[in-house]
Amino acid sequence: MLVSILRQGDFLIASIHTALDDTELLRFQQDVVTQIGTHRSRGVIIDVAALDVLDSYGSLSLRNLAHIARLRGAVTVIVGIQPDVAFAIVQLGMAVDVPTALDLEEGLALLEQLTPGNRRGRSTLDVLGDLS
Amino acid sequence: MTTNVSDIGATPEQGDAEEHAKLLPELVAHLREHRTELREEWSTRITGAHLLSSMTPQEIASETTSVYDNYVEVLETGSVEALRRYARDLSERIIPRGVETHEVVGIVLLLRDVLARSLFKKYQQDFGLLNRVLDAYEPAANRIANTVAVSFVDERERVIRQQQDAIRELSTPVLQVRERLLILPIIGVLDNQRASQLTEQLLHGIRTHRAKVVVIDITGVADVDEPVANHLVNTVDASRLMGASVIITGLSSEIAQTLVMIGVDLNKMNTIGDLQGGIEEAERLLGFKVSKTDEA
Repeated sequence: MLVSILRQGDFLIASIHTALDDTELLRFQQDVVTQIGTHRSRGVIIDVAALDVLDSYGSLSLRNLAHIARLRGAVTVIVGIQPDVAFAIVQLGMAVDVPTALDLEEGLALLEQLTPGNRRGRSTLDVLGDLS
Repeated sequence: MTTNVSDIGATPEQGDAEEHAKLLPELVAHLREHRTELREEWSTRITGAHLLSSMTPQEIASETTSVYDNYVEVLETGSVEALRRYARDLSERIIPRGVETHEVVGIVLLLRDVLARSLFKKYQQDFGLLNRVLDAYEPAANRIANTVAVSFVDERERVIRQQQDAIRELSTPVLQVRERLLILPIIGVLDNQRASQLTEQLLHGIRTHRAKVVVIDITGVADVDEPVANHLVNTVDASRLMGASVIITGLSSEIAQTLVMIGVDLNKMNTIGDLQGGIEEAERLLGFKVSKTDEA
């Protein structure tokens, strides 16, 4: 199994277990976006802790996924970015304008903040502003 | 005598190994026999040349005796292994005393000269024989000088490497001061290598301590060049990707200018004047409230 997409309350937790090629990434993207609709999810966590490398296409796909999910009404948080991956992303200029958190636990906490109670809570930007 | 004269023109390569094998024991016997006087002459010349000034006369006497014996032994056995070990050991002892490379090379060359002189004196009657003796002696003596010098320099480099490692270990501590709050005090020169080390330590520190806020204090850094400034900005971004926000404190005016010159996005950089302010801001972000007790 390359990825797993689990439902946890209002959120989806998508874990990537191994490096995905371009087709697999697209497939993953589609699966997540479809499931957001099916489960009426308000938030998505993408766990990339198992990835030791993330190329530019990979980070672009994750960003696109976050944007598509946003349009479908779900906030995306990427969690578990490894130190080396984090620095590589920055160094290659693959800016990720998606909220990130250390691990799953932190990600869930952040999502709770980003999606308070009702669907028309504070926007992502407000909360990010508080954090920085 | 005439045959000897023709020998003068012979290159050392032509002087065959057999001849050396015959002459060297004779030579070694000579050096053993005159051990005391030659060693003393050597010591006098060392003092005369103001070498090893950081060592006491007793120390010089005991070391010169050991070096002399080792030297003769190498001439006898042709193996520099024991000498190499001794030279490394000696270097280990004398490097902390501030003995310089030129002194070590100097004393070995002096010994080489002293011994060569004594050979001149002994064989001055027979020029051809003297030549053959020197043919046997010189390559061995050169090898010895080489071995000692190389061992000394190797030892020095080993010490330098060790110290560099130690500095590297010490130079970027990542300290946890509150739950999920890390501090990185940086003092000294922040060059490229140290900057990448800092990034590595910080990013791994964030993961191990599960940090949410990091305060990088660069009060102790006078100036950085543009690549390092860029690196610093990247580190801040990478930390954010790992879910930690970074506060940089104590920017000098030079560093601030460099950061502006490279066109840093100020929205991404959270900077505060001094470390105290940085910690206070970090505590605020983490929801800590520090207050004085009534007694204080």
